[in-house]
Amino acid sequence: MTSAGFVRRLAWRQAHAARRRLMLLTASVVAGVGALVAVNSFTRNLTVAVAEQAKDLLGADLSLGSRSPTDDIKPARRLLDSLRRVGGGAVHVASSASFAAMAYHPSSGGARLVQVRTVDPGWPYYGTMTTSPARIWSGLQAGGVIVDPSLLTAIGAKVGDTLGLGEGRFRILGTVINVPGDVGLQMAFGARVFISTTSLPGTKLLAFGSRAQYETFIQLPPTIDAQAVARANGGVLRAERISVHTIADDRDNLTRGLIRLGNYLGLVALAALLLGGLGVASAVHVFIRQQLDSIAVLRCLGATSGQIFAANLLQALAMGLLGSVLGALLGVGLQQLMPHVVHDFLPLNVRVLPSPHAILVGIGSGLWTATVFALLPLLGVRTAPPLATLRRATDPVRARWDRLRVAAVLVLIASVVGLATLQVGSLVHGVAFAVGSGSALFVLWLTSLALIRSARRWTPESWPYLLRQGLANLHRPANQTITVVLALGFGAFILTTLFTAQQNLLRTIRVEDVAARPNLVLFDIQTEQQPVIDSVLTAEHLQRAEYTAIVPMRIRELKGQALADLLAKDTVGHRRGERGGAGGPPSWTLRREFRSTYRGDKGPGERVTVGHWFGSGAHGSGKSASDPVEISVEADLAKDLGVGIGDPITWDVQGVPVYSRITSLREVNWARFEPNFFVVFAPGALDHAPQSWVTMVRAPDAMVRGRVQREVAEHAANVTAIDLGEIQHAIESVVDRIVMAIRFMALFSLITGTIVLIGAIATSRWQRIREGTLLRTLGATRGQVLTILCTEYAALGLAASIVASILAGGAGWALARWIFNVHFVLPLASMATLAVGLVALTTTVGLWNSLEVLNKPPLEVLRAE
Amino acid sequence: MLACESLHHEYLSGGKQLTVLKDITFQLEAGGFLAIIGPSGSGKTTLLGLLAGLDRPTAGRVVLDGVDLGPLDEDARARFRRQRVGFVFQSFQLIPTLTARENVQVPLELAGSNDAGPRADELLHRVGLSERSHHYPSQLSGGEQQRVAVARAFSTRPRILFADEPTGNLDAANGAIVIETMTALNVEYGTTLVLVTHEPDLAALARRTIRLADGAVVSDTGR
Repeated sequence: MTSAGFVRRLAWRQAHAARRRLMLLTASVVAGVGALVAVNSFTRNLTVAVAEQAKDLLGADLSLGSRSPTDDIKPARRLLDSLRRVGGGAVHVASSASFAAMAYHPSSGGARLVQVRTVDPGWPYYGTMTTSPARIWSGLQAGGVIVDPSLLTAIGAKVGDTLGLGEGRFRILGTVINVPGDVGLQMAFGARVFISTTSLPGTKLLAFGSRAQYETFIQLPPTIDAQAVARANGGVLRAERISVHTIADDRDNLTRGLIRLGNYLGLVALAALLLGGLGVASAVHVFIRQQLDSIAVLRCLGATSGQIFAANLLQALAMGLLGSVLGALLGVGLQQLMPHVVHDFLPLNVRVLPSPHAILVGIGSGLWTATVFALLPLLGVRTAPPLATLRRATDPVRARWDRLRVAAVLVLIASVVGLATLQVGSLVHGVAFAVGSGSALFVLWLTSLALIRSARRWTPESWPYLLRQGLANLHRPANQTITVVLALGFGAFILTTLFTAQQNLLRTIRVEDVAARPNLVLFDIQTEQQPVIDSVLTAEHLQRAEYTAIVPMRIRELKGQALADLLAKDTVGHRRGERGGAGGPPSWTLRREFRSTYRGDKGPGERVTVGHWFGSGAHGSGKSASDPVEISVEADLAKDLGVGIGDPITWDVQGVPVYSRITSLREVNWARFEPNFFVVFAPGALDHAPQSWVTMVRAPDAMVRGRVQREVAEHAANVTAIDLGEIQHAIESVVDRIVMAIRFMALFSLITGTIVLIGAIATSRWQRIREGTLLRTLGATRGQVLTILCTEYAALGLAASIVASILAGGAGWALARWIFNVHFVLPLASMATLAVGLVALTTTVGLWNSLEVLNKPPLEVLRAE
Repeated sequence: MLACESLHHEYLSGGKQLTVLKDITFQLEAGGFLAIIGPSGSGKTTLLGLLAGLDRPTAGRVVLDGVDLGPLDEDARARFRRQRVGFVFQSFQLIPTLTARENVQVPLELAGSNDAGPRADELLHRVGLSERSHHYPSQLSGGEQQRVAVARAFSTRPRILFADEPTGNLDAANGAIVIETMTALNVEYGTTLVLVTHEPDLAALARRTIRLADGAVVSDTGR
């Protein structure tokens, strides 16, 4: 028989005899590979869908977006004229304005904040608006509104009823079912209401200071290349704060975004797979220990350590491959669920089809993970002595750190980094993932060692015997403490971190249960509307806060440099976070419209970090560079703009220059629902500038808030009254949906953890049954044996959850401190719930594995020895 | 001390009903020393298990120290064993994850004893293993493991001790030490001894011998 033939036969015979044990190895990788294949395959479906539906997403070949009507901006007008000249009648243009407003149902009195969108005839040029009843979209131009179905439910209206928008009254024609390019998540911030552009003036909703987003959609003939038009005119248009979108831009941005979303969800899946790797290592370790006698006999009979190593490696490879293939099949099934998990983030319809590439990558990752994690324990067979045929100690021989072991560890680390890098497409993020998960596992390992030591040293002699016996199983030979704490702790750590982050994030926006906080904000109030608002509030016995002025303005000069010069350096960047050319300020800071205020006092969510708040006395008129008005700038904005104390900024306030000088920088708690500002002016200089006002009140309940909203909508149409409770719920629902998607993936870590737990407990199952039987023979009742087992497994579950909670607390604190910038509070109730769940899971799995001890007569088990 | 009446036992093996004990009846007085002998498969160990209440007979009755084991449920029999019965097995049956001292402590602690530690130390001293009390079974020789098992068996001063081939896995010298220890403790504590063996020399030490063949009593000598 050839060596290869011997190895193959040996592998098959051993695997056949120990198939139940080896199935644990297989099961360990199934969930991780399944999650990975599901996410990656679905991400591929998304990119295909984006490529197919790119035109529908924009609804046109080219779009221009701005904060004021495009027709009012010269370069935009010039572009449209030139396109019409070249393309003639084949060029179609449609305008749209989007803004928040109050909609109310005169019959029921229901009122809601909605997102109004005006549309011109012909739009969308590509894609179809799906409505109910069908084909009513074109009827919009004859008057009436089409609304989201959720609005009808919210205000108690039905199709055919009248809807109030500002001073306009509209018949509800029907509901909208699908809008190409819109994301379901948007609806959380207000139902959509579509009206024709010609109906807008009658509503009187847009007044001075109203925030609206204007879009111009252009359909071009095939002879005009939209991309070339965007390239040629982009610089000029962006200088005028007009954003330019083409189908290709949208397609590329969306593809990038969705791939990034898929990659990071896949990273959570990868965590499950790596946890499965630990399960593989644990299963192989136990398998090898059980094979030591056979190995020793084979060695005595002349088998080389290389042959035995090869046979065992072959088994690990085969079982890993089987697990990966099963995982891929599971993944294809799970992929069908993915649209439900992330449908709120998707602006398109996705056809779910298995991706061969994702399946192959998943199987490859699973096989590779199983192999590299199996290597280290497999190396132990090389040193198994033939002498073990004569005498074998229960305690395993301590492994020597030779070159092969070091190499195996290095391959393992490189594999984790490699797989993570492959998943996210970034070496830095791959290394960060490896370091992060490695650190978490290291801390879990250290803590489980500490737990073993504590159980050995600190279990008081005075405790009842059954309790001591159960706890002693945590440190006795062949205990499974480390494996169980690592396996369960890691999954629990990810889930608890999500809980902690989510709850800290949401706590800061809670207005319902904080008695002192205002819960209704009214903005876009014109100066002459203040008495109307006051009378509405007085009628409801509500005490409003002081009116806060809002003055729209833009930057004209920064530290003596004209805006045009600064923008000229920037040709591409137009999103937040992107820095302009030549290291200048990010273009969004230069182009944006600042809605600033003036006041003598700081707001409750503000803290001066550098300089001094405005003192008493004169603060400058702002009329000339020699008499600048004092301003306070939000610290992060100052950093982006590259300005500090004493630096001058000239503002354009409705065409009038206002000169200012920075005297303080502030930290602002943006999470508080209060009027917060990037720039606050000292009182005086802006008193007579064109401005609108905002105020806040606390209304005792939703009914009162609803009445106020309705009264305001009727008597001051352009004023928007936002129920912060609704916004809070909207944000909560958005965060919930995001967290749900991550949690869905994190669940696979817990599933893998449970499989590893089952493996770990099954490993010691026979030992536990034998011990339990002996105890029963010696006089222990079934209740006593049950108590010992419960104590042991509950202690394991408790240990895993305590360690996971401590780690998650640390991670949650770091996220709150550095990412979300919110005050950190430990969500003890949620953590306790998860801990109880984990203890119940461990105890159930443990007892389920050991039930035999309670049911079999002692004699039967003793005779089986 | 021990009485069995018309004991009959069957079990299912390979889909077939096997009769392992047929109509066994005998009595044993307190402080007695009984050896049950017979060839392999004659039903010796099964009989010992039924006498000790480790399993229920298919038919018949066992009365141990005045208590009929039949009506007792599993836990009641466990409590009974805890208080009055000791065991020594051929394969030692020590709990591998407990040290020698902890193994001896177990029956005492199950019974709620407050001096389990000192009592275990004393018994390990009696069997000559004071120095090995913190070793795990795997770190002890076969003879040492069986001496720990003897110490454990006597830890609760049982009224009756069942020993199943106690020297079966030991060499002659270690076997002799174990038997000597057992008999010495038997005399000292007045414990009734029931010994299953196929070694004639060992059976000769008993005051009474029951021989089994094919599940039935073929001789009962020394009554």
